[in-house]
Amino acid sequence: MKVILRNPRREVEVAGRRRVRELLKELDILPETVLVIRGDEMITGDTVVGDEDVIELRPVISGGRV
Amino acid sequence: MKCRKCGGTAVLELRRHNAAFCRPDFIDFFRNQVAEAIRRHRMFTREEAVLVAVSGGKDSLALWDVLLQEGYSTTGLYLDLGIFDYSKESKARCEGFAAKHGARLLIVPVEQELGAAIPEVQSATRRPTCSACGLSKRYLMNRAALEHGFPVVATGHNLDDEAATLFGSILHWQTEPLARQSPALPSTHAKLVRRVKPLYRLSERETAAYAFLRRIDYIVDECPFAKGATSLMHKEILNRLEDVSPGAKHNFFFGFLEKGRPAFERLADVVLNECARCGQVTTGTLCGFCKLADQVKRAR
Repeated sequence: MKVILRNPRREVEVAGRRRVRELLKELDILPETVLVIRGDEMITGDTVVGDEDVIELRPVISGGRV
Repeated sequence: MKCRKCGGTAVLELRRHNAAFCRPDFIDFFRNQVAEAIRRHRMFTREEAVLVAVSGGKDSLALWDVLLQEGYSTTGLYLDLGIFDYSKESKARCEGFAAKHGARLLIVPVEQELGAAIPEVQSATRRPTCSACGLSKRYLMNRAALEHGFPVVATGHNLDDEAATLFGSILHWQTEPLARQSPALPSTHAKLVRRVKPLYRLSERETAAYAFLRRIDYIVDECPFAKGATSLMHKEILNRLEDVSPGAKHNFFFGFLEKGRPAFERLADVVLNECARCGQVTTGTLCGFCKLADQVKRAR
């Protein structure tokens, strides 16, 4: 599957089916720091994703010191 | 995963609430949390005109969206920081949002007020960019509210922002900020408007989810100056804690509000004066913004 990451924007290829929470663990991304988007829908950690999917991991953390 | 309320397919899991929600039920949950924040801290009434500080990011546009949906009387305030393409894009998002909702948006160019745009301030004053930016924003928000007759300014600070600020203050035992940090700062002087944070009960991931699910066009990319900011490091530390102990951020901040803040508040005794130059409120003779503008002027 194709995984789109931001800041900086980049794409990585990951082979095989697995649950979203396992994908995040492999990429060393904390679930609390991203929205997981497939197509135009958000999906939860137990959703199984596979080779045909395009997954965006959109960061949610922002800000300097206010 | 199933929605806790309706049993439909969930789009977001909230581990700290031991729940997951579908789109409509999450949007309801989000609005209820904002309503609870406004009610609990008596932030504003439906009769008051609220100035909403918007940056083009997910938090402030989500906040403006909820307040519009709930029928509050709001005007947006965009402070143009002059941060290259980032400011151009974020301003366009705010203008687009305002146009879509038929809402009024005030735009204040910081350069005009300060004598320099934010990217030039550090070299002119040696003050860190994020600190000068924060000072300028707080000052200009208050002044714009006063000048346009708004009794209250609402900002998009979320639970992660508040927990990270608290963490930073505690690391250095800064007792003054600890006495002041609150979801609602009352007006303690005729020239200080009330400042409120209606999103303080919602995490950063929740505000991002709301913005996404409501199809709000917000700027996802980060401010170029935020890279490496201490607050981002504090957020990461707190998110690591949250990962192994869901609810850690909530307990940290809400516990402070209930038990910690009152103790620091008793220690604080601040005298408010009016700045000798601009007349805005300060604890000294000259306010922080006028000092900063002087430094900019001297460097030119």
